Amino acid sequence: MLTGKVCIVTGASRGIGKAIAQVFAQNGAVVYGTATREGSIEAWADGFDPQSGGCIRSLYFDITDEAACREAVMRVKKETGRLDGLVNNAGVEFNELIGMISREHMEKMFEVNVYGTINMLQLASRIMGRQENGGSIVNITSMTALKGNRGQMVYSATKGAVISLTRSAAKELAPKKIRVNAIAPGLTNTDMMKQADPKMLEGRIGNICMGRLAEPEDIAKACLYMISDMSSYVSGQVLAVDGCTIM
Amino acid sequence: MTNLEKYDHIFMDVFGIDHAALGEAFTFKDVPAWDSVAHLSLISQLEDEFDIMFEAEDILHYGSYENGKKLLAKYGVEI
Repeated sequence: MLTGKVCIVTGASRGIGKAIAQVFAQNGAVVYGTATREGSIEAWADGFDPQSGGCIRSLYFDITDEAACREAVMRVKKETGRLDGLVNNAGVEFNELIGMISREHMEKMFEVNVYGTINMLQLASRIMGRQENGGSIVNITSMTALKGNRGQMVYSATKGAVISLTRSAAKELAPKKIRVNAIAPGLTNTDMMKQADPKMLEGRIGNICMGRLAEPEDIAKACLYMISDMSSYVSGQVLAVDGCTIM
Repeated sequence: MTNLEKYDHIFMDVFGIDHAALGEAFTFKDVPAWDSVAHLSLISQLEDEFDIMFEAEDILHYGSYENGKKLLAKYGVEI
């Protein structure tokens, strides 16, 4: 589905980002996985064989650093001559109750989740806008942005901003054949979730009609649809991938 | 083709002008045809030609034919 396409996936060292990079490469894409920690992509990608002509390459930079983002996107353009897909997956999450919200954490979440996403979207769209076939951008948001959640006021606000910027960018970039969509994962079985209190987790799984957590691959497959030409007439949308959750 | 020739050619192409029109007086303020669409087209062509990517601030402050030469030097392109 992505043969011949070049994609960037931010936050690809683990969890959902790693799964997205793997699924894209398995579907024939040249994938640039990004992370801040040097070596964290190779840690899993070195033994990974997509068996499809696709491949994984690494880029290490901080998405809140505009100059570093520009350098990274330029590297992709110089090496491949194009950029077809961007998944803004990198994000940080601090869950704090109202009255105990740290300013430092609040700023960090807005910096990474919102400003970092905007940085990458701006740069990618400048490359995509000059291509005959444009491109596709997927921003990872969260079900908390749509439904709200206790202890996640700031996190949900940053992800709400991601939905808003997705809709505006979709309108502005549509004439350049650039599609912009958001995917809202529900509770996903990542490393972070494995540390959660089992009783609390059981209660929350009880709210999922499908009776299980999302696997990172479930989210990755939704991203595959949005980046591929299968969704060529879809833009400005928020796709919930939450197993039909009642929050 | 020298970098200056490439640079001039882009301006002539974007604004549909003769070479004689280029110089210190060719500024965003003084050239009515230099609107936001022409500005983005100019930036795109310069980025493609010289294989660079401008910082957002530099795009905003590109401003003139002469100032553009100074900005390009910042990206290692000597005009």
